[in-house]
Amino acid sequence: MNGGTREPAELGPRPEAELPPEACECAPENPVEQFLRTDRMPHIWCPGCGIGTTVNSFARALLEAKVDLDRVAVVSGIGCTGRVAGYVRLDSFHTTHGRAVPFATGLKLANPNLTVVVYSGDGDLFAIGGNHIIHAARRNLDLKVICVNNFVYGMTGGQVAPTTPVGAATTTTPYGCFEPAFNLPALMDASGAVYVARWTSFHVRQLTRSMVDIFRKKGFCFIEVITPCPTLFQRKNRMGEGLDALKYYKEKSKVRHGAPTSEVALTLDGDIIVGKFVDRERPEFMDLMRSQLAAQLGERYVEVEHLVCS
Amino acid sequence: MPHADPKGVLTGVHFMDGDHAACEGALAAGARFAAGYPITPSTEIVERFAARIPTVGGVFIQMEDELAASIAIAGAVWAGAKAFTVTSGPGFSLMMEHIGFAAMTETPCVFMNVQRGGPSTGLPTLPAQADMMQARWGSHGDYEIIALSPNSPQECFDLAIRAFNLAEEFRVPVMLMMDECVGHMTEKVIIPPAEQIEIHPRRHTRLPPGEYKPFAPGPDLVPEMVHAGEGYRFHITGLTHDERGYPSMTAAAQDRLVKRLKAKITRAADRLACYEADGIEDAEVVVVSYGITSRVAQRAVEMARARGAKVGRLRLITVWPFPTRQLRALAPHIKAFVVPELNLGQIVLEVERAAAGQADTISVPHAGGGVHDPQQILDAIMEVLK
Repeated sequence: MNGGTREPAELGPRPEAELPPEACECAPENPVEQFLRTDRMPHIWCPGCGIGTTVNSFARALLEAKVDLDRVAVVSGIGCTGRVAGYVRLDSFHTTHGRAVPFATGLKLANPNLTVVVYSGDGDLFAIGGNHIIHAARRNLDLKVICVNNFVYGMTGGQVAPTTPVGAATTTTPYGCFEPAFNLPALMDASGAVYVARWTSFHVRQLTRSMVDIFRKKGFCFIEVITPCPTLFQRKNRMGEGLDALKYYKEKSKVRHGAPTSEVALTLDGDIIVGKFVDRERPEFMDLMRSQLAAQLGERYVEVEHLVCS
Repeated sequence: MPHADPKGVLTGVHFMDGDHAACEGALAAGARFAAGYPITPSTEIVERFAARIPTVGGVFIQMEDELAASIAIAGAVWAGAKAFTVTSGPGFSLMMEHIGFAAMTETPCVFMNVQRGGPSTGLPTLPAQADMMQARWGSHGDYEIIALSPNSPQECFDLAIRAFNLAEEFRVPVMLMMDECVGHMTEKVIIPPAEQIEIHPRRHTRLPPGEYKPFAPGPDLVPEMVHAGEGYRFHITGLTHDERGYPSMTAAAQDRLVKRLKAKITRAADRLACYEADGIEDAEVVVVSYGITSRVAQRAVEMARARGAKVGRLRLITVWPFPTRQLRALAPHIKAFVVPELNLGQIVLEVERAAAGQADTISVPHAGGGVHDPQQILDAIMEVLK
């Protein structure tokens, strides 16, 4: 399911003894298979793509956090990562370009019992969808946002994104990108997210742990996952294959938990600061709504959990 | 059909404007979620919903723009709610992509558009009926919607309920195409007791997970729904999809899906056709109108009749699907259709198509910002009869 990348467990920093038994070739069944729509395989992701690796971590995190799978909904926008919703065997919604967050907003408000995960790419969430994600973070709605950042528009053939580092070549910046890029953790921090972390698709264990964290945390949570796009971003910028990207991530990543998000901006060849940057408490949107309405309306306030029609 | 939940029904005789009446219709119909973005002259609908819904049990959220509002309602529907959004002019333009998304994913929902003058920012506070074609054709690709046009606050209430019921029955976005005059006009509105209001329930499957296919159509071509969180582990996509809801990028899958989305509405066109006819039996001229213009047209028809003219009046209540068959049957018996509307000629094109050369079709355009002078319509009628 890793679209041609190595089994991530092989590349992780953990010693052999800590590998789960399923990493062994003799294992009868992959434990994450139950999370996948195997009748939709093979998937569309390229060899060396990191999106599948993140889905592997996601599945393991669901297992580890013991989330009720019947109450998880995955919402994606459009793009390579937007296809995640189509491959997970969960209630899943492949929406319109940029609008996964507002769709998820309606879903969560109408049924707060759902664990609503927004799983989409950097272009979808921060270019066309940029307005929505900052407002969802401001409201501190209980959404778990996983942003796979490969620095480029993959599905459409490698165009510049709001995350493309200055100097990188894309098909629409053939002479190199000169636009400054968003620093996604800083943007999410400033917008009000209660949990902000960044990992790369090399850091599969850490990524899984962060995903477990956000399943257990209430409020707007954001994880950025840096992944390779060997077909477009790596090739255009002579950065090698998917495996080369993972070696690069290993070499360049510096774990700095709690780093000020203003200091974690990415560059084309600089360090990749990873870790859990923000983990704080703020009142959640629905709690605020309920307490305000109850205070103002008293007994006239009719509180309903799930807005299900007959 | 089951009856309305009394919690949402403000039974009684009221003096209220069309915007407020539309909101009460939505509440009576069972809408418990609305997402909106402020825009004149529709804002009063969501203002009232925001004030009312906490005492009924539901959620209103003001989103960051109309794109967000128009897809937040889809999210709420797939969680189980009946949901709607409200807009005007530029906001309706921004919602087009999600009208297509709702049509493609067969998400039952209601879009209320209180029409104002356009294009662009146009005339924010003044009426028009210039979004009638946009309501039908505004999103890309082939699809069908249903659009209703009220001409009074009472009808804003009544048709809001019908809009929700049709959305559920056909699993289609339904447009309530109001205009600034009807939205801001204050009249008597009678809200009946809940037990007199029929509500179309959600077409929820009775099949267990494993046997259920999200887009396997029933005999009326409409599939049954499930909601997130019920254990079905279903998938919804705006991509062309098969009966399982899985993307299917073939011409055959496209043909099967898009033709069904169209046919589920067009096959029911006769049943959906709703209009008010008056004096068309022996008419030589029939004035076809809708919304606020129908009230001006009525005056013009009365003036013409006072002059001895044989003039009938046909008021469209369902505008889309257009009642082509009904108008075509009328055409051979009359000289002309006269079609006044607050645009430069939109629905007149449908009337002309329905007439198919068997009667003349006379447009009485108005660019918006006000309503016709009845004399303009009268002149058009008398010109035909000269």
